[in-house]
Amino acid sequence: MNAHYGDRQVLHNVNFSVAEGEIMVVMGGSGSGKSTLLKHLLGLQKPSSGSISLLNQNIAELGRKQMMALRRSMGVAFQGGALLSSMSVGDNVKLPLRENTELDENTIDIMARLKLELMNLAGFEDLMPAELSGGMLKRAGLARAVIMDPKILFFDEPSAGLDPVTSVELDELILQLRAALNMTMVIVTHELESAFKIADRITVLFDGEVAAMGTVEEIKNSSDVRIQNLINRKPRDKVVDADAYLQRLTAGGT
Amino acid sequence: MEGLINLPASLGRYSIDIVSSIGRAAVFLGLTLSRLFHWPFPLAEFIKQLNFVGVRTLPVLLVAGLFTGMVVALQFYDTLVRFGSVDLLGSAVALSLIRELGPVMAALMVIARVGSASCAEIGIMRNEQQFDALECMAIDVYRYLMLPRLLAAIVALPMLTAIFDLVGIGGGYVVGVLIHGESAGAYINGLIDTVTINDVLMGVIKSLVFGLIIMWIALVNGFNVHLNQSLSGAEGVSHATTTAVVLSAIVMLSFDFIIGSLML
Amino acid sequence: MRKLYLEFSVGLFVVLGLAALFYMAVNIGGGGMASSDEQTLVARFDSASGLKSGGFVEISGVRVGKITSITLDAEAFEAVVSLRLPKGIEIPDDSIASIRTAGIIGDRFVKITPGGSDLPLEEGEEIIETESAISIEELISKYMFEGGSE
Repeated sequence: MNAHYGDRQVLHNVNFSVAEGEIMVVMGGSGSGKSTLLKHLLGLQKPSSGSISLLNQNIAELGRKQMMALRRSMGVAFQGGALLSSMSVGDNVKLPLRENTELDENTIDIMARLKLELMNLAGFEDLMPAELSGGMLKRAGLARAVIMDPKILFFDEPSAGLDPVTSVELDELILQLRAALNMTMVIVTHELESAFKIADRITVLFDGEVAAMGTVEEIKNSSDVRIQNLINRKPRDKVVDADAYLQRLTAGGT
Repeated sequence: MEGLINLPASLGRYSIDIVSSIGRAAVFLGLTLSRLFHWPFPLAEFIKQLNFVGVRTLPVLLVAGLFTGMVVALQFYDTLVRFGSVDLLGSAVALSLIRELGPVMAALMVIARVGSASCAEIGIMRNEQQFDALECMAIDVYRYLMLPRLLAAIVALPMLTAIFDLVGIGGGYVVGVLIHGESAGAYINGLIDTVTINDVLMGVIKSLVFGLIIMWIALVNGFNVHLNQSLSGAEGVSHATTTAVVLSAIVMLSFDFIIGSLML
Repeated sequence: MRKLYLEFSVGLFVVLGLAALFYMAVNIGGGGMASSDEQTLVARFDSASGLKSGGFVEISGVRVGKITSITLDAEAFEAVVSLRLPKGIEIPDDSIASIRTAGIIGDRFVKITPGGSDLPLEEGEEIIETESAISIEELISKYMFEGGSE
């Protein structure tokens, strides 16, 4: 799969597959293309070439209606929760059921309470998103993502912006969720510890290319310098190209 | 020197930007209106928006309407009394309110209260990835969020305008009849005789168009806040809101002139 | 409870707004559509100068109806004026329609002076006897040239 922003190529021949019931973690520093990759996986952007197959359907070629149908078996938890600010937490979690199913209000109520309970958010239904903390927002977003019992769950940066304890709790929650609902998960993160803890397999993106892919052990033992740098939190080696540097310096002066 | 050389280029880029943002706005409106035919209509959201645009604008509108009517009557009284035709006061107040001041003042009030708030709300939703989230939940943003807002503005503004007109005429009555002691019959019969159904229709058409323009510009500016390359986050939203308010006031007034000259 | 309150206040607003619109259209705007309890009569004038559609119709100094249209009969070169009156008023067929001015610079209107006939005019019929607008210039010249010779 290839992706471009304008004429700048951000993803180069990214190619991977996720097995059913597996937790795949996509890792990489900022600017490595992992957010772009996620947007493509979610069908929010279309690849400039190549194909993305989700649940045996190529989403690069799906029409609007088919995409809508496919999305009912996908769950997405966004970085900041992305709850609608105009409605309460409970209404947010119930929203997919209300809009996409014909269930009666009582059933919806029970299902929402079940999922909120699972996320340790029981009793917070009537609060507005603005009244929740960052970790609670993420959990509420997760509750909303799994309310339709999706076959595949995407999670963007589960531990970003959280304190270490909350972050560990959230990792536990993800593992519990997989055990309880047996979903396939694709998790995008830059946090090493959390990635090593929850992943079955890890894909490391580097400058829009897949630098490595494998189990946690394989990644840890990788001989690739870039990956070792990432693991040991070393700054990236700066290769200074003299010509390019000169050009940058003189670019403003013509 | 450099500025001079770059001038044509930046002018060109600027005009391309303007034309393409008009194109984006048109596509946005088309998509939103096409959702009229998609079932189900989000009634709860529509009622909520009607409350926001209509009910909560009402208090400030009543006060503004009363004082506008009073001030117009005051000015007309002063002028008409010099020509000895104070009998025309009712017609003068009613015509200027119904044809011009009612639609424009009500629209300005809605721009200030509703246009700015809607633009900021939509912009913040964009920043917090709420639109991506809605799309991933298989919920159509245009049907679920945009259509009820647009319709609420189109439905509420004519009503607000009509209420503004009546309150304004009442304010004129206070100044003309109660304060200056002109005949109540002359005021009321005068305005009933002069105002025709066409005048009322003109006011209604104007306010329908204004409602569409105000909400359309507010929503588009909020919705496309992420396309602004130079400003992001809160700054982007605040810039978009200012733009929306200024732009909708200007576009509204120019359409006021266009509709006025078409219908007179 | 909150939802009920919301629906109530929005409902109230809609009722209020529609009532205001309706009132403006019907009472202030004067009702554009002919209703069943009204009749239309026609009168022909040599000159309808200064008369406007929407102007009023008076009988015995009371405003009873409106002028709905003023057109030119291109063959007879006469102004054809349509008047709308309530159905309850029966206008005898020998009545006179005349154009008058309210005050010196006021609006022109149509005054109907009822005749003595027993036969009322039916819907769409014509008031035969008419007086055109009296212009002050004509009045003066009449006095000077005709009045003098008598």
